Amino acid sequence: MTTLTGVAGAGGVAPDTPVRRGRRGAGAWRYAVLLVLGLYFLVPICASVWFTVRDRRTGGVTAEHYTGIPGAEGFADAFGRSLALAALTVVLALALMVPTVVLVELRLPRLRTTVELLTLMPLVLPPIALVVGVRSVLSWAPDYFLNTPLADAFFALQKPSLPWILVFVYVILVLPFVYRALDAGVRGSDLKTLTEAARSLGASWPRVLTSVVLPVLRTSVLNASFLTVALVMGEFTIAVILGFETFPTWIVRISGSQPQLSVAVSVLSLMVTWGLLLLISALDRRRGTKENP
Amino acid sequence: MTAVSAHAAGPADLRERPGVAVRLEGLTRRYGSVVALDGLDLDISGGEFVALLGPSGCGKTTALRAIAGFDRPDGGRVLVDRRDVTDVPANKRDMGMVFQAYSLFPNLTVAENVAFGLRVRRRAKPERAGRAAELLDLVGLADRAGRYPHQLSGGQQQRVALARALAVAPQVLLLDEPLSALDAQVRVQLREEIRRIQLELGITTVFVTHDQSEALSVADRVGVLRAGRLEQIAGPDELYERPATAFVAEFVGTMNRLPATLSGGEVEVLAVRRAVAGAAPPTRPVVALIRPESLLVEADPAGDGRVVTRTFSGASTRLAIALPGGVEVRADVASAASQHLIPGTAVRVRPAERPVLVAPAEPA
Repeated sequence: MTTLTGVAGAGGVAPDTPVRRGRRGAGAWRYAVLLVLGLYFLVPICASVWFTVRDRRTGGVTAEHYTGIPGAEGFADAFGRSLALAALTVVLALALMVPTVVLVELRLPRLRTTVELLTLMPLVLPPIALVVGVRSVLSWAPDYFLNTPLADAFFALQKPSLPWILVFVYVILVLPFVYRALDAGVRGSDLKTLTEAARSLGASWPRVLTSVVLPVLRTSVLNASFLTVALVMGEFTIAVILGFETFPTWIVRISGSQPQLSVAVSVLSLMVTWGLLLLISALDRRRGTKENP
Repeated sequence: MTAVSAHAAGPADLRERPGVAVRLEGLTRRYGSVVALDGLDLDISGGEFVALLGPSGCGKTTALRAIAGFDRPDGGRVLVDRRDVTDVPANKRDMGMVFQAYSLFPNLTVAENVAFGLRVRRRAKPERAGRAAELLDLVGLADRAGRYPHQLSGGQQQRVALARALAVAPQVLLLDEPLSALDAQVRVQLREEIRRIQLELGITTVFVTHDQSEALSVADRVGVLRAGRLEQIAGPDELYERPATAFVAEFVGTMNRLPATLSGGEVEVLAVRRAVAGAAPPTRPVVALIRPESLLVEADPAGDGRVVTRTFSGASTRLAIALPGGVEVRADVASAASQHLIPGTAVRVRPAERPVLVAPAEPA
């Protein structure tokens, strides 16, 4: 018998963990561990912030490196490109994985292990191996298909203003995270019964997907999207090897000439990431309070 | 839990709609080497409440899913109102279904859940709201319209699921063990409510259950399934009093198996002769199948039975009695007349004066 006690926020909501009363002294340990971890994370961040706000000429504090970001040479292009890549990767990865996960759950449960293994491949295979392969195909294919539409397609994939090839490679890179986030949501809910209920009430399959599956998997979809955005906004190796300028490669490029600006951008992007994270949990909490008056 | 009271008799369009007949013809379904349905034939009249009863794996749920359109049979046809719907997808079948698992959409309120089918059918908002209110009233949950499913008890969730299934005015109502996740008390209450609503609306209903008391108490007819075939379908009384086969006899109600011998068209059991009910099996040895209430028990110092346990349950009391040869029987006696039959009492047991069902001695 399946009971749906944990449906709300499926995927992102852990069951309540009972607080265990430890021995005397456990509290002290807890704070010690927290302190060490806190220092480990906070010291570099604080140092970065200090580095960006220190005015070397006057010895005072200045925000000029932050205010100068929007006008910095190449920033708008690189940042906008990375955002576009992130958005396209999210859309493509979800369009690929939501139906896959749902299909595996509802119709092909025996394929679950296979799909799980397949989505693990990008973690097992080093990105460098993937990108070297992609690069050699990209350099070889246009010559091979010269004067055919395929050659044009290969050129279009590598357009520096919006390199679609990065979208495709990033979709592969995010598969493990997207699959796991969605799979957790699916397992936490009785999707089979819910879809059958919707079907018997007259809903078509597209309707089932939009009215039942996506709302049930909402938190999982948000988690998957967030992980994807974070990964794309920080991905350096593949972009640099394929020779495209994205946000991370831009940061590295300007770090030589304007080190304080590049660190300011890094700090800011960290803040944006945290902001997104808080937003997702806030959305989840809002739903929780709505349902628990 | 909201008390069940006499509610309005339900939406008028549902009430005035005549129930439609459902017919299953030679339904066959195999999963690999397992045969879930083996040429199942079943006729359900319009407005009838039929329960499908059987042990797990007997095919009852598969049959229901074939009617709903969730499971495509390998052979045979499903006819609803004389129309062949075997190839019609589930969302075009016009059936309401209540599931064993809680199936309310967690992101929608109770009222939105009930109105879901109408939203799919693009009905206007006021109509949807009015209909949801009407049906929630029918199941006694009008005051929970704004709640979310996880704020309801299991019984309430199943009532909302029932209201949701009925909101689209389906031709047939399908119930897939809707009570099995609930507490015993809520179960009894809800099954009576389901029956009340079904009678009010006159909707053809198929109710799958493995609980025989549930099936016998609410259905017009009960079909007992075994290995993908219908073993017997009959009214509750007939099924209990005149089971067609030993399987039905033992699956429905409690049954004692007593060593017996056949001779001259009669059966000798507990040293008395009784007529054989139905056909006697061709094989020997045989056992007599006798219900606990068809055994007469008397205190008798010379009797060869000994009361082992005595279980009081209101008007009647069940006795477990050890007989010679390691046979133990259960007998139901009137509580008022059996206070002296305490454990250890020597008793004499004999079958009541009525034909006795006989089956092959090996378990069927």
